Amino acid sequence: MAGKEYAKEEEFTIICRCEDVILEEIHSFISRGITDMEQLKRLLRVGMGPCQGRTCSALLAGEIARTTGKYVGDIKFTTFRPLAAPIKLGILARGESHD
Amino acid sequence: MTKTADAVVIGGGIVGCATAYNLAKLGCKKVVLVEEKYLTSGATGRCGAGVRMQWGTEPNCILARDSIKMLENLEEELEYPGSIEFKQSGYLLLAYTEKMVEQFHMNIGLQHRLGIPSCWVTPEEVKEIVPHLNTQGLHGATYCPKDGHCNPFKTTDAYAQAAKRLGVEILTYTKVTDLPRNSDKIKGIETTAGIIETPLVIACAGAYTRQLARLVGVDLPIYPERHQILVTEPVEPLLGPMVMSFYHGTYCQQVPHGGFLMGLGDPHEVKDFNEDSTWQFLHETAAKITFMLPVLKEVRVVRQWSGLYDLTPDKTQILGAIPEVPGFFVAAGFSGHGFMMAPVVGKLMAEVMLGLEPQYPIEMYGVKRFAEGSLYVEPSVV
Repeated sequence: MAGKEYAKEEEFTIICRCEDVILEEIHSFISRGITDMEQLKRLLRVGMGPCQGRTCSALLAGEIARTTGKYVGDIKFTTFRPLAAPIKLGILARGESHD
Repeated sequence: MTKTADAVVIGGGIVGCATAYNLAKLGCKKVVLVEEKYLTSGATGRCGAGVRMQWGTEPNCILARDSIKMLENLEEELEYPGSIEFKQSGYLLLAYTEKMVEQFHMNIGLQHRLGIPSCWVTPEEVKEIVPHLNTQGLHGATYCPKDGHCNPFKTTDAYAQAAKRLGVEILTYTKVTDLPRNSDKIKGIETTAGIIETPLVIACAGAYTRQLARLVGVDLPIYPERHQILVTEPVEPLLGPMVMSFYHGTYCQQVPHGGFLMGLGDPHEVKDFNEDSTWQFLHETAAKITFMLPVLKEVRVVRQWSGLYDLTPDKTQILGAIPEVPGFFVAAGFSGHGFMMAPVVGKLMAEVMLGLEPQYPIEMYGVKRFAEGSLYVEPSVV
């Protein structure tokens, strides 16, 4: 019974809220041997949404560490890319000229 | 640690994974693929994810036409449990000058001879295909409904998984340090994970292929060139086809996920390995794209990145054996369009490496065209 409850919890635990990635999907990829954050990002879109991994990266690293038995500090994060926050194309198009 | 293989593929992008899969499928028993970082960490994973048949030279038209045909059934062929997100919603190539109109009509002539269903569309017809497009200054466009989009990460994963099922060994985070030879013939590869003895080596390492070829004393005319891209937040469907303007040097497509992918080619880009992202790119791309598609002014950019084209002097790929070094093959120099040609290229390269008759002659893609001056200068590149 406890196992069943855990499976249910996995289904309802959201790791990446921007891209709707649940813990179950993360576990299924990790169990396939994909424990590289760069690969998980590209195959699951985890961390590719508007928050750019600012919420889910630490959760994901923790989950990889827990499953693989590695020290969490040794899990390599993906490259953080610009922009720091989402900006409308219309604002970027105006460049240095402000309203 | 020394091990042996029947063939080694260098490069874990789409071309390397497709070649490794096809080698195994054709009966090559022990195939090893080595990748310096992770799969799709090079040009494949940074590309614009577009696939099109509308090219300006015969070699590019043939490879793209037949690869897109293969993409239609690729999930079944590779028994991929996921989706490669292939969609054929067309490519619209915009003409803003008389010279472009002339060039595009020549391209259409070539494309029709090769059975590619492209056509000329007037600005009014363009408006019907993309209602949000600003047609100011537009002379017309060419349109091919069979062109479209495919997910580079998933497609590479599909090839890699299928290759593994056929026994291919994939070594990531493994760097090639030398290519030892026995007289002229290739003897194997030396890597950070040990030596692999093999009679057949193929380099599919994008812009890094030049450095690999130098290890066996061959100088290939392949140059790295940075290209930058950005992606927006996902929004409701607004744009069907890829919209591309060689005049502005831009392209823009809404991918199935809902985000808009767009890029800009910079003719002044220095040919080196710089992969930094710039503020200038954001501004210039935003200015040009919001001129063409004003509706996008309200859409937010979430990320930008850059990647390297592996450019050749005629912007056409180098495929085939390197005659000076028996056992050494190259599939590189794709100049920004390797992803969309990989399904056929992977097949051709495996056939050539195993001494089989390739699906069609590949001499025209050989490196000796640069010495002979018989180039295929591709006019349709951003």
